[in-house]
Amino acid sequence: MSRIGVAFDKARADGRALLVGCMPAGFPTVEGSIAAMTAMVEAGVDVIEVEIPYSDPVMDGPVIQKASDIALAGGVRTADTMRIIEAVAATGAPVVTMTYWNPVERYGVDVFARDLASAGGTGLITPDLIPDEADEWLAASDAHGLDRTFLISPSSTDARLAMTVRHCRGFVYATAVMGVTGARARTSDAAPTLVSRARAVTDLPVGVGLGVGTGAQAGTVAGYADGVIVGSALIRCLLDAPTEADGLAALRTLSAELAEGVRNPTR
Amino acid sequence: MSADALAPVAGPQPDSAGHFGRFGGRFVPEALVAALDELDGAWRTAMADESFRAEFGALLRDYAGTPSLLYEARRFSAKVGARVLLKREDLNHTGAHKVRNVLGQALLTKRMGKTRVIAETGAGQHGVATATAAALFDLECVVYMGEVDTERQALNVARMRMLGATVVPVTNGSRTLKDAMNEAMRDWVANVDETHYLIGTAAGPHPFPAMVRDFVRGIGDEARQQCLDLTGGLPDAVTACVGGGSNALGIFHAFVGDEAVRLYGFEAGGDGVATGRHAASITGGSAGVLHGTRTFVLQDADGQTLASHSISAGLDYPGVGPEHAWLHDTGRANYLPVTDDEAMAAFELLCRTEGIIPAIESAHALAGTVALAPKLAAELGREPTIVVNLSGRGDKDVHTAGDYFGILDKER
Repeated sequence: MSRIGVAFDKARADGRALLVGCMPAGFPTVEGSIAAMTAMVEAGVDVIEVEIPYSDPVMDGPVIQKASDIALAGGVRTADTMRIIEAVAATGAPVVTMTYWNPVERYGVDVFARDLASAGGTGLITPDLIPDEADEWLAASDAHGLDRTFLISPSSTDARLAMTVRHCRGFVYATAVMGVTGARARTSDAAPTLVSRARAVTDLPVGVGLGVGTGAQAGTVAGYADGVIVGSALIRCLLDAPTEADGLAALRTLSAELAEGVRNPTR
Repeated sequence: MSADALAPVAGPQPDSAGHFGRFGGRFVPEALVAALDELDGAWRTAMADESFRAEFGALLRDYAGTPSLLYEARRFSAKVGARVLLKREDLNHTGAHKVRNVLGQALLTKRMGKTRVIAETGAGQHGVATATAAALFDLECVVYMGEVDTERQALNVARMRMLGATVVPVTNGSRTLKDAMNEAMRDWVANVDETHYLIGTAAGPHPFPAMVRDFVRGIGDEARQQCLDLTGGLPDAVTACVGGGSNALGIFHAFVGDEAVRLYGFEAGGDGVATGRHAASITGGSAGVLHGTRTFVLQDADGQTLASHSISAGLDYPGVGPEHAWLHDTGRANYLPVTDDEAMAAFELLCRTEGIIPAIESAHALAGTVALAPKLAAELGREPTIVVNLSGRGDKDVHTAGDYFGILDKER
């Protein structure tokens, strides 16, 4: 079983959901992103999702796009991402990578998988790569022992949902709302239904992302999902802070609040 | 001339998953797959439905004003050294070939029971066409446009608003067409139940490239027959400008099977491909994934999309439709860059010889034709016949052109 699978199992045994925190690599700087992700782990985030910044992130809302733009303007390269993954993996927290497909194809699919595995990454979440187009990635992830997480959506048909989770390894990413990333005032009504539809066809843990920004929302999602995935709200801590130290402090506070939330599921 | 613009398409491309050779396909969030499948199904059903084809044909004839003329540009021809026939898509309602595509997609939107259309636009021509069709079909319309483009195409922004559309200036990224497309995709993911994304070119995820091609293929069907009627034979070459590439595919499609007819797509070479400031995705780009499809893309070593540049807002896009990538791969069509200066010289030449102000997009096709004519004449040993797709009229570009030629009244 993959490291992510072990972590999910342990959380499940403890009667709680796993907290996944997302941060773009190289935001605000390469060193700054390592410090931020380390702080998140120290404050109770279980799994770090390192997003490779991309120029055209169509699945992401304004917060992640802004952070990605800052990272790219700072000159971050895919090779830097590997170094960041290595540093964050050294904290002991499982690290999963999220990326749009073109940077992987450009890096070389097999070389990317090899480098990701040797950096200590557990696998890849691919927001714009569906299993239908993923032959090369299926082969490379098999060859290098990486998890692969495809997204399922409230609009997925039963047949597509079954096909998609069949190609997943590690965990399944359920997009809670129709829309892009970004914290919302209330979490989705569609998500619990989607999670139960996934559970009907797989034993893999199901993580829910898109729209979660507070401890209370994390608790709500933890009531029906195995994992709670938070990105924009955490990133905003850094974007909105007057200084880097203030940003890290805010990041720690929110991480701890979310970690508390997943330990107190609302059922 | 065939009255049926949607007769079955010859050839195996794309395959059922939308692949043109190694290009095309779907690289999209899962949330959009259901909508793309619905669209694919609706499109295929509509294509097989006589009543849909009749309705589309009637709209093209009675509303859009097609078949557009094939006009022999004698004075331009004399300057160029070729018999140049202009396919006058600039005479269509809304001033460009785009109206064919939007009428087809708007009809499909109605069939799917959706009430809202969104679109992206660069020069504004597709936005105007979409706003027009939305008004005609009583659909809510939102058009995303890069902030830079709203400034250089202010007249078209006003047109869209007059037609009842909401124009949203996009301030992300390079604030041009590529970013408008990202923003439209985001809107679509969030509102896919009631919204159709009316993509303006033969790019994006399957079925858009094939569907848009089939809605605009009347350009070539008409031009082929008109050329036969006028000259008694097929042309030696067909030329068109290529940004996303819908007008070029539209005119190429009918000639793909005519092996003696050479196909030329002219890309926006900007300041010159060697300078890096251009929008020539095939000439100066590499294979990659952008906006839901695998195609040629302007990108750096990490796969980040590079900013494109062209004097023509309508060609200023760092990707190209996947069928063009495939036609390039197979060698069936030739793709060459034309610089801003070459395009503007041809722009001026057409104005002065024929009294026709072309869109700056179309001026790229004219400039490419100017360069091609002597080579083709030398090779064939006679004056060649070249059909040029004059894809749009230049009203929207008068400000840009006036600025370029230094003839604007600065006191205005």
